[in-house]
Amino acid sequence: MSESLITDAARSAIGQSQPPITVEVSRREIQKYSLATQQVQQKYLDGDEAPPMFLFGLLRPLTPIDELGPDGIARDASLPDLPLKRVMAGGTEMIWSRPIRPGDVLTATKTLSGIEEKQGKTGPLIFLHYTLNVVDVDGKPVVKERSTRICR
Amino acid sequence: MSRFANIKVGDRLPEKNHTATEISLFLYNAAIWNPHRIHYDAPYTLEIEKHPAIVIDGPLQGDWLAQCVTDWLGQDGELVTFSYANRRASYLGETLTATGEITEKDEVAGTVNVRLGIRNEAGEIIAPGSATVRFSEE
Repeated sequence: MSESLITDAARSAIGQSQPPITVEVSRREIQKYSLATQQVQQKYLDGDEAPPMFLFGLLRPLTPIDELGPDGIARDASLPDLPLKRVMAGGTEMIWSRPIRPGDVLTATKTLSGIEEKQGKTGPLIFLHYTLNVVDVDGKPVVKERSTRICR
Repeated sequence: MSRFANIKVGDRLPEKNHTATEISLFLYNAAIWNPHRIHYDAPYTLEIEKHPAIVIDGPLQGDWLAQCVTDWLGQDGELVTFSYANRRASYLGETLTATGEITEKDEVAGTVNVRLGIRNEAGEIIAPGSATVRFSEE
């Protein structure tokens, strides 16, 4: 087997979860998202229910401005230390149990579920697979997400 | 006959064009708390990150795919699964089209699978996706 780009430290991160984050959903935040994305359904514009992709913004870290890099990006705690530094979004798959609504207090846990090394057309690639589990205040499932990030 | 009964594999969802503007990208990135400069700072985007123009967010294209299916579904059921991937970048000034087509129908479960895609002006699918929806019983 050829030498792996995936360090032992990165490999040992597989199966590890980041500390869960808890967020409170407000109607106004749903309304802002719905206006910004030019939704047409009244339930979204009124903030009675969140559009599915609202989840993406809801769980982004709220990084203070003086902790952002010159590109505007915050350092990502969910990235293991790898020799390939350019990170791209791969795919995202969500399985919904119910929509997100104002007043929801949601807890999200992100876990690095796997790392794969592949040979791309222009060089090696590392695929990072994550699972995200979002539950409500009673621990009932709201959405499960599987996503992939590609490092090159 | 119910709406579900009338759905056939191969039916196409209504297409919708999306033309991002500096204002819409600013509001989107503010709403999701995304300060990455490639979405609002043109000189930086061209000179430092070497893109041809301001970059349209990948997850925003994901939202347009989700809208394609949820607007078609309306109040007649619920979204069960949704997936998408960004395969190629898109830039301010381009008009992107959200498309969808029924690929499977499960008469017993009352579910329908939809293939989704963001098509650019060159006719390429730059963000494929899929969704499963469950129709409410009448």
